Amino acid sequence: MSTLTLLALTGLGLGALYFLIASGLSLIFGLMDVLNFAHGAFLTAGAYAAWWADGHLPFYLAVAFGVAVGAAIAAVVETALIRGLYARPREQILVTVGLGLAIPALIQGVWGADARTVTPPKALAGTVGLLGARVPTDRFVLLAAALAVFAGLKVFLAKTRYGLVVRAGVEDRAMVTALGIDVRKAFTLVFAIGGALAGLAGALGGVYFGSVSPGQGTSLLIFAFVVVVIGGLGSTDGVALAAIAVGLIQQFTNYYAASGLGDLAVVVMLALVLLVRGNPVLDRVAASVGAAVKSSVGRAA
Amino acid sequence: MILELDDVRVTLGGSQILQGVSFPVAPTGVTALLGRNGVGKTTTVKAILGLVPRTGTIRFHGEGLHRLRTHEIVRRGIGYAPEDRGVFAKLTVTENLALAERRGAQHAYDLVYELFPELKTRGAQPAGTLSGGQQQMVAIGRTLLNDNRLLVIDEPTKGLAPKVVTEVAEVLERAAERVPMLLVEQNLALVKRLAGDGVVLAAGQVVHRGPVSELLADAELTRELLGVGQARGVGQTLGVGRTLGVGQTVGVGQTRRERSDTSSHPAPSRGTTDPRSIVKDRQPPKEVSAPESTRSDAP
Repeated sequence: MSTLTLLALTGLGLGALYFLIASGLSLIFGLMDVLNFAHGAFLTAGAYAAWWADGHLPFYLAVAFGVAVGAAIAAVVETALIRGLYARPREQILVTVGLGLAIPALIQGVWGADARTVTPPKALAGTVGLLGARVPTDRFVLLAAALAVFAGLKVFLAKTRYGLVVRAGVEDRAMVTALGIDVRKAFTLVFAIGGALAGLAGALGGVYFGSVSPGQGTSLLIFAFVVVVIGGLGSTDGVALAAIAVGLIQQFTNYYAASGLGDLAVVVMLALVLLVRGNPVLDRVAASVGAAVKSSVGRAA
Repeated sequence: MILELDDVRVTLGGSQILQGVSFPVAPTGVTALLGRNGVGKTTTVKAILGLVPRTGTIRFHGEGLHRLRTHEIVRRGIGYAPEDRGVFAKLTVTENLALAERRGAQHAYDLVYELFPELKTRGAQPAGTLSGGQQQMVAIGRTLLNDNRLLVIDEPTKGLAPKVVTEVAEVLERAAERVPMLLVEQNLALVKRLAGDGVVLAAGQVVHRGPVSELLADAELTRELLGVGQARGVGQTLGVGRTLGVGQTVGVGQTRRERSDTSSHPAPSRGTTDPRSIVKDRQPPKEVSAPESTRSDAP
């Protein structure tokens, strides 16, 4: 029982981390059709920012700094690089993939390729007894953060004017502008929110994994993409459920089957979901990538 | 003139859809934009709103719109109801209307709910679950919510049942009393009832301009320009030879010459001088039957 509890909470903690990354990714792709391959780099930047600030500031302020850095980088990337490329999927992919490589490389250049140890504050370093298991406190912190973000996103989408614009934009962006709304402001906001959540995931992920490394964000991004495809676009509920499922399956498979098989299990789960349900998200991703390929073929011809 | 288009050209996917469209929209009443399927009516509307890349000059109250983005154009006071109604299916009716609210302006909810009481009772319903007619009411309601200076309404009665067409017609008539309108419509009975001036497009160019009453009074001209006539299903009932005869003998002077110019253009022509394509272009079922069915409803 204690093993089950520990595995479940660790899996939920991982799921919470995936949710933080995937919810931003899903909003960005849903609204803007931008496959943000730089999202993992936002996470890494947030993680390093929090790790760096942790030496100078109290832990919670260090996390806030990581969030702020994630949001700021995302907002700058959107306004400076993505904004001019909304109708050009090929260039978008090139830019975000490029950033996804450049930002970790830059971080590696400054702080080295080795993982840097994160020393959590005393309050988070211990464990909590639950159903006979000693569960590390940071799992609960991640879960609490994910729950708060989930509730916050729901309120933002359901109750605010910008949330309304985002939900409408996910359906039909052109019509939103034809109602007199400057949808670009919503784009920047959604990108910044996504960056902030990635920064939060990076800061808390550092505690969860016990270290930060340049490639951390990119490897987490792959699972976040899986979560988005399973969960659906712009659907916070779907993304949350998919994140929990992926986190739990990964954790349990790693323990009961063999270490490393968890990743494979997630891929199998993705395949099963796609086979059974088909996938509008993937269709749209395929259309987006297809358009990119078509435009490059068209220009080459 | 409230809106003036001058030499507006649009190229989409390598083919030139609009080949220099020029016409004014009257400052009062309804200006109808007419023409067969695929001649560029919707593209013209989208060009006005900046929803497609275009060249040429478009002036709204004397101000050039070509450098403005869509939302800036709309904020100048244009209410737009697109061909597919542009309703957000997952949003409720209330949210659809709220989205159209422009900041710093009065919102005429009283008027909208008076014209469409159903939008109030169905406020919490997702717009995607509404009937086509109800969705059209949402689309038109959104244009009336703000104090617009021009309404651009694209095929509001397309695919609607005759009874609903009559309802929509009444609303458009009331709206037109308040604010000028550019109306794309294939239902000629409705056009006759609402519109003062008419502009006819063919193959991406203006081929006729003038009072709608004069155009529609001339059965042969109507048939030639719009592909529909007073008789139901012309394409079905007339043989090719007969139709060919009409195309050759109708003497419409300048209009005729303009259309010859059009057909000499390399872009895909809707074949205004080629009688075979006149026959081919005729798509009787939807377009021809709609006016017939509503003529009795509309006084």
